[in-house]
Amino acid sequence: MSWLGPEEWQAVLLSLKVAFWATLLSLPLATWVAHVLARKSFPGHGLLNGLVHLPLVLPPVVTGYLLLMAFGAQGPAGRVLDALGMPIAFRWTGAVLAAAVMAFPLVVRAIRLSIEAVDPKLEEAAATLGASRRMQFVTVTLPMALPGVLAGAVLGFAKAMGEFGATITFVSNIPGETQTLPLAVHDFLQVPGGENAALRLVLIAVVIAMGALFASEWLARRMARRVSGA
Amino acid sequence: MSLKVDITKAQGDFTLKASFEAKNGLSVVFGPSGAGKTTLIRAIAGLEAPDAGRIALGQETLFEAGKRNVPPHARQIGYVFQEPRLFPHMSVEKNLRFSGRFKRGAPDEETARRIIDMLGIGHLLERRPAKLSGGEQGRVALGRALLARPRLLLADEPLAALDPARKAELLPYFERLRDAREMPILYVTHSVSELGRLASQVLTFEQGKLTGVRQGEEVLADPAIMPGGVRGVGALVHARLVAQHEDGLSELEAGGARLFLPRIDQQIGAALRLRIAAQDVILSRAEPQGLSALNILKGTVRRLRIGTGPGAIVSLETAAGEIQARITRRSARALALAEGVEAYAIVKTVSVAREDIGPDG
Repeated sequence: MSWLGPEEWQAVLLSLKVAFWATLLSLPLATWVAHVLARKSFPGHGLLNGLVHLPLVLPPVVTGYLLLMAFGAQGPAGRVLDALGMPIAFRWTGAVLAAAVMAFPLVVRAIRLSIEAVDPKLEEAAATLGASRRMQFVTVTLPMALPGVLAGAVLGFAKAMGEFGATITFVSNIPGETQTLPLAVHDFLQVPGGENAALRLVLIAVVIAMGALFASEWLARRMARRVSGA
Repeated sequence: MSLKVDITKAQGDFTLKASFEAKNGLSVVFGPSGAGKTTLIRAIAGLEAPDAGRIALGQETLFEAGKRNVPPHARQIGYVFQEPRLFPHMSVEKNLRFSGRFKRGAPDEETARRIIDMLGIGHLLERRPAKLSGGEQGRVALGRALLARPRLLLADEPLAALDPARKAELLPYFERLRDAREMPILYVTHSVSELGRLASQVLTFEQGKLTGVRQGEEVLADPAIMPGGVRGVGALVHARLVAQHEDGLSELEAGGARLFLPRIDQQIGAALRLRIAAQDVILSRAEPQGLSALNILKGTVRRLRIGTGPGAIVSLETAAGEIQARITRRSARALALAEGVEAYAIVKTVSVAREDIGPDG
């Protein structure tokens, strides 16, 4: 695309890549956690709930700093990953982790609400028909909660696209490696004459966000029809 | 297959206490709402754990307090809930075949066909549950439970949420299951007419306690159990359809006595059961003459039960079995009714409700 400079283009592609992987990786765990929070009662329920929501209420910089402490070169998790030959601090993979952590509470929330909306009586019926707890989830709860899972995924994707504070703290702002779209916008606004480039990126961000919303709306309506059978 | 239950479970302000055995055939679990009936069958299904006791099906112990609690999916017990509870995201066919996806496995194709045909739901297979009528949903829910190869069937007021027409549509399938005697069936209800139509063995519940295991006839005649006391009492008559008359009446034979009822659409020779409410029966000491009522049964007074109000229940032993009549205490005195006295029971032809007549096993 001619009207985008290579640096801008890079930031857009990187953002899409980071958001895609962050969504994909957080989705299974978020679904599991949402199910646990929605359906099980156990000691520590409140603690888990609090922990999941922490990134939502902490300043993103603090979350980024905590990630750096854990996953940085000197951090305990960072050392393990280093030894395995896949360090993530100051890499695009680190940006994925930061985005995933920041998006996690939103994804869990959306999925949890849709799981809570599934009538537990249907799970009971499935149990009397021979479905173990796991199979009740796979055959009844999850398919019926799918519109919510999708909503969570879109919300997570949008959040990951826009993540700024935790990313810049954890993996810095390296063009071509960790400079996602919001970081690039921020950079362009720091240099005289960068407003035009920033505006182009802002436009792209708007288009991507709107596109994701429309696509999810359309899919959700289709799924809801399929789920309710109406 | 035989179900043996001996459990207790604290539940809100009462304690469920039940000890009984149920063999192949249908047992009605009868009692007012909130008497613990649902708790009992949820415990048998494994959806709730009792506090103490034991539940066994055939040779297998399903529950033993502190020792064993087989999870519901491994119990192989069919459950028909009060609501159909069909899976809205699946077609009728997928709902019916749901249990085949798990360890228990699907029944052979012939059995599956037979169940689907019996319930008349073969033409609905492609549809979604939301597109079915209430009666169709009920039939699919029953079919889904039967296709799960149950060793025992539990039905928790499966008709309670339906309108009278839908009830009449669904009840005959339970009558067929009763007569097939392929497995024990526990059928929970608080409806007297369902009790009359289905009962052979009745478990009566009150305040969480199993108060007795008795025959349907006895329970229907007991003002202490019937809702409404003496007003709810009735008799269960087993009869055979012998003729259809041109004036729109069906002729029935019960123990040698003849009964005439509005047309019953059954084959000649069909075994029928009818519940005759005690308040639709009047008594006479002399053989009635010049009376419009067609059904007159001669009998001997077996019992006289005086209620708390002005009413009394007279049990008359007739050729057609025991008939209950609800009369006033004043009439009982005026007629000098007492045990051993001869009397005539008069039943108006049109007074037996359609819903109180059904096939007999």
